[in-house]
Amino acid sequence: MSEIVWRPLADVSKELDAGRISAVELTTEILRHIDATESRVRSFLTLTPEAALKDAREADRRRAGGERSPLLGIPIAVKDVILTKGVRTTAASKILENFLAPYDATVIRRLREAGAVFLGKLNCDEFAMGSSTENSAFGPTYNPWNLKRVPGGSSGGSAAAVAAGQCYAALGTDTGGSIRQPAACCGIVGVKPSYGRVSRYGLIAYASSFDQIGPMARTVADCALLLEVIAGRDPCDATSAPHPVPRYSAELERPLRGLRVGLPRECLGEGVQAEVREAVCSALRWFEGEGVSVVETALPHLRYAIPTYYLVATAEASSNLARYDGVRFGLRLGEEEGLMTMYGRTRACGFGPEVKRRIMLGTYALSAGYYDAYYLRALKVRTLVRRDFEAAFDRADLVVMPTAPTTAFPLGAKTGDPLEMYLSDIFTIAANLAGLPALSLPCGFDQEGLPIGLQLVGRPFAEGQLLAVAHAYEQSHPWKDQHPSL
Amino acid sequence: MERPASVFVNNMDYEAVIGLEVHAELLTASKMFCGCSAEFGAPPNQNTCPVCLGLPGALPVLNRRAVEFAVRLGLATQCEVRLFSRWARKNYFYPDLPKGYQISQYELPICVGGWVTLSGEEGEKRIRLARIHMEEDTGKNIHDPLNDVSLVDFNRSGVPLLEIVSEPDMRTPQEAGAYLRKLRQILQYLEVCDGNMEEGSFRCDANVSVRPLGSEKFGTKVEIKNMNSFRHVERAIEFEVGRQLRALEEGEPIVQETRLWDPEREVTRSMRTKEYAHDYRYFPEPDLPPVRLDREWVEAIRQSLPELPDARCLRFVREYNLPTYDAEVLTSRRDLADYFEAVVACGVTPKVASNWVMGDILRAVRERGLDRDLRIQQWPVEAESLAQLIQLIERGTISGKIAKTVFERMIATNQPPEEIVQREGLVQITDENALLSEIHQVLADNPDKVAEFRSGKEKLFGFFVGQVMKRTGGKANPQKLNELLRAALQSG
Repeated sequence: MSEIVWRPLADVSKELDAGRISAVELTTEILRHIDATESRVRSFLTLTPEAALKDAREADRRRAGGERSPLLGIPIAVKDVILTKGVRTTAASKILENFLAPYDATVIRRLREAGAVFLGKLNCDEFAMGSSTENSAFGPTYNPWNLKRVPGGSSGGSAAAVAAGQCYAALGTDTGGSIRQPAACCGIVGVKPSYGRVSRYGLIAYASSFDQIGPMARTVADCALLLEVIAGRDPCDATSAPHPVPRYSAELERPLRGLRVGLPRECLGEGVQAEVREAVCSALRWFEGEGVSVVETALPHLRYAIPTYYLVATAEASSNLARYDGVRFGLRLGEEEGLMTMYGRTRACGFGPEVKRRIMLGTYALSAGYYDAYYLRALKVRTLVRRDFEAAFDRADLVVMPTAPTTAFPLGAKTGDPLEMYLSDIFTIAANLAGLPALSLPCGFDQEGLPIGLQLVGRPFAEGQLLAVAHAYEQSHPWKDQHPSL
Repeated sequence: MERPASVFVNNMDYEAVIGLEVHAELLTASKMFCGCSAEFGAPPNQNTCPVCLGLPGALPVLNRRAVEFAVRLGLATQCEVRLFSRWARKNYFYPDLPKGYQISQYELPICVGGWVTLSGEEGEKRIRLARIHMEEDTGKNIHDPLNDVSLVDFNRSGVPLLEIVSEPDMRTPQEAGAYLRKLRQILQYLEVCDGNMEEGSFRCDANVSVRPLGSEKFGTKVEIKNMNSFRHVERAIEFEVGRQLRALEEGEPIVQETRLWDPEREVTRSMRTKEYAHDYRYFPEPDLPPVRLDREWVEAIRQSLPELPDARCLRFVREYNLPTYDAEVLTSRRDLADYFEAVVACGVTPKVASNWVMGDILRAVRERGLDRDLRIQQWPVEAESLAQLIQLIERGTISGKIAKTVFERMIATNQPPEEIVQREGLVQITDENALLSEIHQVLADNPDKVAEFRSGKEKLFGFFVGQVMKRTGGKANPQKLNELLRAALQSG
């Protein structure tokens, strides 16, 4: 019976429809598995077993009433930067340690309507700032494949929980690689949708012009099932796109023959782990064997992607995080000594070092006298990165890159060197700068048994194509059937 | 205008240079970026939601109506209405600013250029507008010194505002006051803002400097805040100009700073100097797409603009032959001008209608407090009823004097004038025999007064009129009475 925790969401959904298991039994099983594994993985910040069982009973009732929906009764979990009404939502920060969300994010509302069962809230880097989940104020999450390694970040809790069989799917958020890089580190599939594809209403903002919520699961098809529920125009988010949402899960079977895949020549050079390079090349050879042509493309401005991101994203963050001032919600310290002390002490004690570093960077980039040299110039480079991709898409239908230059690194390996940590996102950040859809899926393991991620980047709103290509690759490779032994 | 625009200091003529920044709260039903009511006066924090409280995860959604209002004002003041404008964040910490930034417009405001025309005795003067931009209002801090706590009311947080920035084109406090009144009048005509300075829906900061007359260079400017009425604006600017001139006289430097008007002591005091000035770190608002306007939409708004006060005033002079003064008073408010025109439309002579509206009607409105938010909430009598009353006088059914009594009854009972006149027997006595019999009785009762009158004390005529009026309950037709009384006194 415990094997059921490892099965794909789509299979389990059929079991539920067939009545071979109830949502309550399934949820109980998952909760038992979380219980057995959580002390080692530590992916959850808040577990809500009672609420989950209540959701499950409701799902069983709906199914008994004839309702059929792939997510009805499926246990999932949510990165703790997404608001879930009545449940503590912390952004992995001391400043929101006791913050009870007063409303549901749009994605949560949509998933509730689809009948999903919510297990709880997943760990991440504080305010989604980081690449290892070590910036969580509540302690790190451990990589299920090797507990001495990080799960990646910032959606490390989401990736680890999915990889550890603690949920069938999870929501992550991706501002500069935060879905794809942990998905790669934990050997699962993660999708960063096009900017505007998924509503950000109820997502605790880090960098508003980059942030996107996306699905993380063990198979491409499972990601498709989630994405088609959460995507779509939301009247509460003025930046959400009006494009109609395809039924991604029904359009996964597409021929590969004739497709053109671009390989940016900047992606397999120095700093990329040899096994990662080999795994990506091997995947490309498989694509060629399927009648896909691989063309060399260039992303000449890729080397500016990280500095550009760390100016624009931090500028937005410095403004987005101003609301954590102790006045209306969250932590408040030092009020007895006046307003300035209250502001200072609340934020000094409430925010961790990486968050403070980014607030300072962003404040500096926007300051009078520096704005043109930093923020404005970074916006121009952002445009150049976008044009690089446009040029690449003239020659190729999608671009393939490694998701991360290395597999999961040991805990503590990069915490002393922020720049080294930032480089983990060198291949993922460009898609955020350009607002493009991108996906990471497993493409092998290194010698230490750590998963390697393959990244596909598509044209705006070409999520369907990315999912179909990834699905075809996944069908021919055994990676998804391997699980960490916990 | 009324005062000399220049002052003599240190052997030089100086002039004041004044620019105003006005914040006008818009009369939209809901707030700028959320669905909460924008109405004034609800219990604290009742009109709030995650968006206007700046809760984590909340996002702004633009109220199109607020954009329409901005376009209306832009078109009415001859601005260039930009088809593409952008939102920006203005960052600063303050407890009444829930997000830690205000959503405003910075580099690309919705309206630029334009002007407001002032008319004075020396002719017309244009006050140019630098820009009009849209932004959201903040909440309100409430300090409770008794319990030593500060509270914040977020009802106002997110209410749409227009910031209207003039060029430094004004030279006297009176000119600044005239500009403000004109701007408010236009806003009220457009039904965009109620213009209430006391409630804070129409707020003004002033930039004031002085310079030698004829100089092209500006002096160091000082910003004045906390002026809550037109009078305060004029007094504060007057004080500030005087203060700066005295400083020049004494050879002291003028510091670029923000000063607060203290209405109790009638002085401005330093609030913060430029060294402490905020760096607002403006940058484009990533949560909102740029505002793109349709040219046809803007044209449709232009077509729907009401007749504006200047045009209406000119038309009143031309079409109704009114004195300029009457036309100015009547067109000072759109509702008042509408009322006047409704009375005239019933067939009343315009000047007669004007006298009644400017006199009795406005007095009744004021006495009964029927105007609030600078709008007349309720007219003391309907325009049609007033017209009927005036027509009763014009037909000679009642006297002008009786009409005042009928008017009071109309207000009290809300009944048509004819009914009141009939029921209370107020119809004028014009019948000569009836009047003559009253006259003879009065003359018979006062033989000594009659003798005095006949020996030349003509002032007594009024006494006899009064006696007859007393006997007839004021209903005697005054003209007829005069005529018959004079004949009776002379014929004896």
